[in-house]
Amino acid sequence: MPFIPHTAQDVREMLAAIGAPDIESLFDEIPRELKDASLTAVPSSMDEMAIMRLMAARAQQDGHWRNFLGAGAYEHHVPAAVWQIVTRGEFYSAYTPYQAEASQGTLQVLYEYQSMMAGLTGLDVSNASLYDGASGLAEAVLMAVRLHKSSRRILMPRSIHPVYREVVSTIVRNQDIDLVDVAYDARSGLTDRASLEQSGQSDFAALVIPQPNYFGRLEPVHALTDWAHAKGALVVALVNPISLGLLVPPGQWGTGGADIAAGDGQPLGIPLSGGGPYFGFLTCKAEHVRQMPGRVAGRTVDLDGRPGFTLTLQAREQHIRRSKATSNICTNQGLAVTAATIYMALLGPEGLRRVAQASHANLVGLLERLNRYGVRARFPAPHFHEAVLPLEVPAAEVLQAMRATGIVGGLDLSADYPELGHAMLVCTTETKSSQDLDDYAKALASALAQSKQPKRA
Amino acid sequence: MSKLIFELSRSGRINDQLAPAAPPAADIDLALLRKNRPLLPEASELDVVRHYTRLSQQNFSIDTQFYPLGSCTMKYNPRAANAVAMLPQFLGRHPLAPEETGQGFLACLFDLQEILKVVTGMAGVSLAPMAGAQGELAGVAMIRAWHRSRGEDHRNEIIVPDAAHGTNPATATMCGYTVREVPTDGNGNVDIDRLRQVAGPRTAGLMLTNPSTLGVFEERILDIRDIVHAAGGQLYYDGANLNAIIGKVKPGAMGFDVIHMNLHKTFSTPHGGGGPGAGPVGVAPHLLPFLPVPMVMQEDERYRWLHKIERPQSIGPLSAYMGNAGVLLRAYVYARMVGREGMTRIAEFATLNANYLMTQLQRAGFDLAYPERRASHEFIVTLKRLKESTGVSAMDFAKRLLDKGFHAPTTYFPLLVPECLLIEPTETESKETLDAFVDAMQEVLRECRDQPELVKSAPHTTPVRRLDDVRAARALDLAWKKPVTS
Repeated sequence: MPFIPHTAQDVREMLAAIGAPDIESLFDEIPRELKDASLTAVPSSMDEMAIMRLMAARAQQDGHWRNFLGAGAYEHHVPAAVWQIVTRGEFYSAYTPYQAEASQGTLQVLYEYQSMMAGLTGLDVSNASLYDGASGLAEAVLMAVRLHKSSRRILMPRSIHPVYREVVSTIVRNQDIDLVDVAYDARSGLTDRASLEQSGQSDFAALVIPQPNYFGRLEPVHALTDWAHAKGALVVALVNPISLGLLVPPGQWGTGGADIAAGDGQPLGIPLSGGGPYFGFLTCKAEHVRQMPGRVAGRTVDLDGRPGFTLTLQAREQHIRRSKATSNICTNQGLAVTAATIYMALLGPEGLRRVAQASHANLVGLLERLNRYGVRARFPAPHFHEAVLPLEVPAAEVLQAMRATGIVGGLDLSADYPELGHAMLVCTTETKSSQDLDDYAKALASALAQSKQPKRA
Repeated sequence: MSKLIFELSRSGRINDQLAPAAPPAADIDLALLRKNRPLLPEASELDVVRHYTRLSQQNFSIDTQFYPLGSCTMKYNPRAANAVAMLPQFLGRHPLAPEETGQGFLACLFDLQEILKVVTGMAGVSLAPMAGAQGELAGVAMIRAWHRSRGEDHRNEIIVPDAAHGTNPATATMCGYTVREVPTDGNGNVDIDRLRQVAGPRTAGLMLTNPSTLGVFEERILDIRDIVHAAGGQLYYDGANLNAIIGKVKPGAMGFDVIHMNLHKTFSTPHGGGGPGAGPVGVAPHLLPFLPVPMVMQEDERYRWLHKIERPQSIGPLSAYMGNAGVLLRAYVYARMVGREGMTRIAEFATLNANYLMTQLQRAGFDLAYPERRASHEFIVTLKRLKESTGVSAMDFAKRLLDKGFHAPTTYFPLLVPECLLIEPTETESKETLDAFVDAMQEVLRECRDQPELVKSAPHTTPVRRLDDVRAARALDLAWKKPVTS
């Protein structure tokens, strides 16, 4: 029996000890009318060889692609050491560190992770992670409302990832919070100043500032931060962690620094994996820590005065505060966070900067090549590592044609931003070689030419 | 404590093999560039590997110790699941890559949706929620959306048993509800008479785990269903204890309108030191339109995503993409390996192990919270008398178990039972392991009588001795700060 070690003799001895005639009698408290669990539609069991054969076939069916898609999930090189360590049984199959003395490995990793994220974002403290960037942003919004205490309005630029905005809406919808759209400037691709001023005329609890924004553009974070603070509101920074190896961190935005930073940690050592598990990071100024949701590890001492780590500030959490908790969150993204910690330790400040620089340089290089084919970015420089490409034909056609050369060319923006016309969002990271950039430009140009030809009857 | 990775750092140590040099970003305004370096360590690849490998060796884990944490279902994580989830084509797939390039991946997710539907007896399943608590959020949000769609949004109360897991009332609050608690009777069941009084026109729903957090089956579940439905409310099933009944009873058959499952429990995905999990939700037919997106559908033998645009009444997305794909793949592999035959055996052997352990511990002198009841897949031991006679608490007892090489059971949950240990062996443990655990428990019991101070100051053999929690909260140290050099 797979994963069940009992022999017939074991069963006999155990039933005898219990004093039960058979296993079925152990279920005698369950009303008989409930005991129908017909599972005929569930496939019959498979041994390891068979399941691996099936899954290998499915994986092969999906194949390998040269990926130029970003839009919130980024393909970076993951050093081989990361997942070899993360999948060690002692990390992989450990539980939440509720028995701290038996979990110093996990707890020290969390403490180191918290230290690195706080430092990376230029803020004071970090939690041990939330589920992902989008739900993390929702938690940051709820936190800002709790901190502000009077307004329940949040200003959300449309230059923020559209699905992030939807997720925030799903999660905060039943708590009387008003999410206010702020337009972006059609020429610059940045948050529109006039729209911002107008939304800021009534009180608001926080302005969310994306950096880079969904279009890959770099927002004027200092001016935006000062503006929001002057209005008595908080600033929630929504940032890409790789970019923070290069760009000024939220803690140093404007005169006062952002209050809370959130985002998705996937770029830090987590493969694309079809969409998850990633993790949401949340960092903040020290004075806000008691409103911060999620688990947090702290350093303390043991009976002998030796340093050690334990979960702390648990009075904020669901298992203590129940209906008055800061959030219902129970898990963190433990394995993913372990990977990110090892990744950041391996890369260090210089390595992270190089990855950011290389990703940026590749985008500049790609745009130069595209220029030669008459394709120009929709918005002016600078970008981080993504840009919007305006097209003369539907992006869907172009992307399909590019697939013939094994390239996943970008994201069709027409559904979320119809006002941009035919357009797609392209991303480059350090994983793209010079040859890859040449091939992309050629494939795009060829796809455009193909699409513009009159269709045969 | 080992040194922190920052303390192993030396300025200038760069792992060139991991990040080749790159040109500076000449087109970015200086004001937008970082001026000071982030506080990340500078350590060689060997230092990093050695450091984190040694840290891992300070953990208890299922792979190294018996881990009878009640309500957590610490069963063996099959390595095949990990190997498959890490096939490069799955790992390399971008979540927004076209459906044509993901038919294999989507087939796995669709199959998993279908298997979970059958196992739970529900009409539809969404794999979107990334954890049990997020599944709860989705479930309660769907209940709210349903009432709203019928003009019944004046219903603003969610009923929760006093023994409920903390996420239940926390979730209700997050969905804008007020929580009404109902007590548990002396036999471990929800107090039906009190429920009748509390259920009424303001009831939006009731959240329940069955078997309950007390480790016993809610015998009058059909009465509970009738009371809540008659009051116009919806019945929510917290699937934390599904391991006890999978293949034997279907939540759908018990009358639940919406459920969540914990794949990191029942379907054996790795606990990873605290996550990631996955909390798919299942619904009865009337709630189908509200399921969170995206979901996978099959049309003419092709698989594709269903988004909000085709599901306008959906409560919406819960994550930027489609949830914890890697966790779902692992759950899928487990479900296929276990198969139809194995699902039922899970509950049978989890229950056999729990009842055997319960019997043996009672024989060894431990007090059971509900000695007249069958154990489900878990049961509660109360150390109340021990505390009174020796001063040793459940916490002390748990810490001493660590010295015996066992991870302690869950302590102080549920809150109802004083000085409790909630013990869940799971079906993957052998009789010998259970017997060894009973021996260890007996040893500690003897020590409580003969050398109580030894137990009260446990643990003694772990990398650190008992940690000062009070100091951790009072003198907050949540992040390493670089020492200021003069």
